[in-house]
Amino acid sequence: MTPLAGYLLVAALVFAIGLAGALTRRNAILVLIGIELMLNAANLNLIAFWRYGPHPELLTGMMFAVFSIAVAAAEAAVGLGLVISIYRHTRTTDIDQMNRMKG
Amino acid sequence: MSLVFWILAALTVFGALAAVTLKNTVHCALAVTVAFAGLALFYLQLDAQFAGFAQILVYIGAVAILVVFAILLTRGSETPKDGIFSPSWFAGTTVAAAVFGVLGWAIIQSIHVLPHQTATPSVSVKQIGDSLLGRYVLPLEIVALLLTAALVGAVIVAMHEKGEPK
Repeated sequence: MTPLAGYLLVAALVFAIGLAGALTRRNAILVLIGIELMLNAANLNLIAFWRYGPHPELLTGMMFAVFSIAVAAAEAAVGLGLVISIYRHTRTTDIDQMNRMKG
Repeated sequence: MSLVFWILAALTVFGALAAVTLKNTVHCALAVTVAFAGLALFYLQLDAQFAGFAQILVYIGAVAILVVFAILLTRGSETPKDGIFSPSWFAGTTVAAAVFGVLGWAIIQSIHVLPHQTATPSVSVKQIGDSLLGRYVLPLEIVALLLTAALVGAVIVAMHEKGEPK
């Protein structure tokens, strides 16, 4: 097995675990944690391809990963702000009880 | 595959697994921090030092703290009586396993055409700065705008509304 395939398999496993967490947990914060894990798995793919692909001196994959980290941080801040706002309305973070769109 | 790779892979995967299966929400936040640290060490091992330290600063320094704050503000660490998984947990797990199966199959099938450069890329901070303010200056500005908008938006969304009891 080449090193790149190993990194890709680890990233696929982390992505699948994050997807399972986002689909099965009831707490909205843990759904966000699952989404963060999926984003991180994608970043690992980008950096592994940058390291083992041709022309690493162009820094393409690494820069993409750095920008992706910045966007993920913004997403986490807004997502957790939304969870706190919903909690203030409904007194719960259980996604199964968030079944109405009326404010 | 080196021993370091297997240690880091085990650390990351166990951290991620613990984050989605543990009962106590605070424990989940700590476990996901371990997974983030494992990924940062992966980046360091892949000679992407800048991305590795950015990961440590942003994820372990900021996102993990933010998650813990959100858990404490919503009292979400109390374990619900009727289980931590939704009723459709079986379908969710099946979908995730299917996704992993497809991804793994694709990787195994393409194992012979994957690129394999062994030369270690040497990246200096000067190169990163040059490319950030040269080739990638437009994405950098857009990310700056996005972070400002997200900062203001998160404050407005989470702010107390007027007349609402605290």
